[in-house]
Amino acid sequence: MWDLCTNSLDTAGLRGASYGDARLMHLRQRDLTTKNGRVGTLSQSESIGLGIRVLADGAWGFASTDRLTREGVAACAAQAVSLAKASALAKRSNVVLVPEQVYVDSWQSPFRKDPFEIPLETQLALLLAADAEMRRVKGVTLTETDMQFRKIDSWFASSAGSRIHQHKVISGCGIAATSFQDEEIQKRSYPNSFGGQHSLQGYELVEALDLMRNAPGIAEEAAALHSASQCPEKVGTLLLGGSQLGLQIHESIGHPIELDRVLGQEANFAGTSFLTLDQLNQLKYASSIVNVVADARLDHGQGLGTFAYDDEGVPAQCTDIIKDGKFRGYLSNRETAHLVGLDRSSGTMRTESWNRLPIIRMTNVSLLPGTWDYDDLIADTHDGILMETNRSWSIDDRRYQFQFSTEIGWEIKGGKKVRMLKNPSYSGITTEFWNSCDAICKFDHWTLWGTPNCGKGQPMQTMGTGHGASPARFRDVHIGTAFSSQ
Amino acid sequence: MKPAAKSKKASTGASAGAAELLHDRELRRIVGTVLRLAKSTGAQETEVHVDEVADALTRFANNAIHQNVAEHGLTVSIRTVVDGRTARATTNRIDEDSIRAAIEASLSLARSQPKDPRLLRMPGRQSYHAVKRFIKQTAALNAEERARAVRRACDLAVKKGQVAAGIYSNGQSQSALGNSRGLFAAYRETHSEFSITAQEDSAASWAKANSADVRAFDPQKLAARASEKAHLAVNARELPPGRYTVVLEPAAVLDLVGFLFYDFAATALEDKRSCLNERMGKQLFGQSISISDDVYHPLQQGAPFDGEGMPRQRVLLVDRGVPKNLVYSRAAAKAAHKQPTGHGFALPNEYGEAPMNLVFGGGDSSIEKMVASTERGLLVTRLWYIREVDPYEKVMTGMTRDGLFLVDNGRVRGAVRNFRFNQSIIEMLKNVELLGPPVRATGEEAFEMVVPAMKVRDFCFSEVTKF
Repeated sequence: MWDLCTNSLDTAGLRGASYGDARLMHLRQRDLTTKNGRVGTLSQSESIGLGIRVLADGAWGFASTDRLTREGVAACAAQAVSLAKASALAKRSNVVLVPEQVYVDSWQSPFRKDPFEIPLETQLALLLAADAEMRRVKGVTLTETDMQFRKIDSWFASSAGSRIHQHKVISGCGIAATSFQDEEIQKRSYPNSFGGQHSLQGYELVEALDLMRNAPGIAEEAAALHSASQCPEKVGTLLLGGSQLGLQIHESIGHPIELDRVLGQEANFAGTSFLTLDQLNQLKYASSIVNVVADARLDHGQGLGTFAYDDEGVPAQCTDIIKDGKFRGYLSNRETAHLVGLDRSSGTMRTESWNRLPIIRMTNVSLLPGTWDYDDLIADTHDGILMETNRSWSIDDRRYQFQFSTEIGWEIKGGKKVRMLKNPSYSGITTEFWNSCDAICKFDHWTLWGTPNCGKGQPMQTMGTGHGASPARFRDVHIGTAFSSQ
Repeated sequence: MKPAAKSKKASTGASAGAAELLHDRELRRIVGTVLRLAKSTGAQETEVHVDEVADALTRFANNAIHQNVAEHGLTVSIRTVVDGRTARATTNRIDEDSIRAAIEASLSLARSQPKDPRLLRMPGRQSYHAVKRFIKQTAALNAEERARAVRRACDLAVKKGQVAAGIYSNGQSQSALGNSRGLFAAYRETHSEFSITAQEDSAASWAKANSADVRAFDPQKLAARASEKAHLAVNARELPPGRYTVVLEPAAVLDLVGFLFYDFAATALEDKRSCLNERMGKQLFGQSISISDDVYHPLQQGAPFDGEGMPRQRVLLVDRGVPKNLVYSRAAAKAAHKQPTGHGFALPNEYGEAPMNLVFGGGDSSIEKMVASTERGLLVTRLWYIREVDPYEKVMTGMTRDGLFLVDNGRVRGAVRNFRFNQSIIEMLKNVELLGPPVRATGEEAFEMVVPAMKVRDFCFSEVTKF
């Protein structure tokens, strides 16, 4: 593998590249789903190839190929240099990268059980059994389960001399029950929507979820939602479950801190950001109990944003994003770090595959735990609504105004959950919302949630990101917006 | 492992142009190799998809190119059947050892599951209508030509005191599908796209086009249009949320109605997750709404066969506001005692099928006519981040983006801050007052369609953002 990487970099150098980095990647994936007691998808795939990014004439070019021969990767490198030279026809200044050390390293993500070694029969039997448990509940009209496993090997080589091999194992699993009744569709998912929980773990993730114990409960809730009261429209107190708060972090903190968005590089597609450079160290992003980090290190947990090095060869780091409520940091790469005067990239360049250019992505952007016990938080809430498990999510292209809805809500009165609510939703302006946070649960209730479906870039890339969160409370939030005018 | 036998023509060398695709006979050879190797493995039936893509994309922002990428890839995807069970394995390695390993993986997956009583025997030979969507001028567009066009667009932005961002892309792709019952289908096409966002102060506007034929649009005209609208979009004023008459440009219509069409899958109705459950044959939309799925329409793209190799048929989905027909994969058709329509996804899958080549009927109202006929309303350039709030009433939420303008007394009177909407698509298609001629539209939330601009009354905006 190293020979092919080196060969491509050598060719790029000979063709006039001043810098190059190559990623040879081998991706393997297995997908299993069931629907209404039958196997749905049952497939596996592998993909191997090389992508090379070069600087020539002060501009970028990137090409990729699945022809893994000396000739194939050399042609690919030559094409990348040609593309860079074409880029230079419409450049305004030369690309400059902040310095980074050279690393020669090999890293493997920790896992206890290789999901590809677990018999397929075992995996399918569990999904079909959970599916059957949900179908036992009267009123459930559709049951779905899924497992997804990935192994990713990447060999990163740079013209500066770095040689980094990483091997990652990723697992995902979830179940869902849907009920159609009286012209209404209600759904409950466990442990989260988006196919459940996803993390940098082996099959132990699936075993820890205990699908069989949780299947009847979510199926019953899906059916019961039809007779629940509609979530009212009001301005009031909102409690968010951990997984929903994870997505709230993703959309209203994770994306706006991406420096490529801030600098206008995503203006045509993903959008820009309200976090202009003058806001750094000035903006009171959130209330003083809110602390958010972008942490790709294993110490933070086995999230979808955990790695040893990013796809630009920069080691995993922990960056303060919000410290005691104040805005403290962006997600950067070597190019944008130079553009804003930083000494070093924060190590967030990530690529979906060998045929995609690495771009700035979230790592694990997490809300650090607070001090509250969950039961105390409920008991302390006189009048509020608890919302759990995302159903829809939307935010404007500068990340100010958002609206979320969740699968289920609970009315809290006098410190107790008193009744189920259907069609819950809330909306707000990012900084107003985060400044209204007055309670965050402690580490006992904190989970590093995986968001497997973050789309960004042109051509589009889908990336997994991690978001640690525990349930939290927000005051004076606009609740029930989505259904207020229907 | 035997040496890889990838494209003999793909030696792009120092060229910044896109790689060439394999010759048709090479595709047939790969399909034949898979079927031959599978025969000796115990697979009772075998299906193989070969997909190849060679794409290039030039991306610009801040009036300069900042990304410039090219890719070439080929995948072989193999589905085997054994004792009423089926599964799929995919690889991008096409040496015989790798293909053999993929066949074994597919068989191993298939054998691990219970029998599927709904699994049908693979279809035999089919005949297809020819479609010509491979344009050599599109395939030939190279990086220097893209860069020069981008440079001209950026120079215009600089001249106007604006900042431009966008993409200019082109590429070619081909697919071949064969099975052990003698079916063989192949298709190739080219694609090209130009998209530009022009930013002036805190305002922005946007224009985009997409075609198999790169000559079908002019990047400079699109740049000029985005630039003019961005200038009009400055100094946006805030209006209160509420129900407004809207003139939706085709891209705005496309991105919103795109969320409706998975509900026209017969499997979605069987699963009771479609908004059409208990609504087929009823007057659901306005009389002016007729919608077909028609892969053969001259403004459409895509292969004339589905994931099992069945010929795609033209299907009238909505006739004068009444949902009339669904699309059916072979399995869904058998369950519903209907004929397959050629809209099935590759097996195995849990979603069944979907219409992917939507063509709306239209009217003769230009956007200017729609504006002129509006006493007070909003002109909407595009919509953004659209997600489903209520799956049965088809309530969608999202934002306006890149140019929202007040219409007052039949004239555009300046820009308005962007709104969030919470709007039922069903209600919207009941409230259509005027339709434009259908055009090939492209956005960011839905696949390309042939749709008209629409004037719609009582469109529900629920909140306003800060720009």
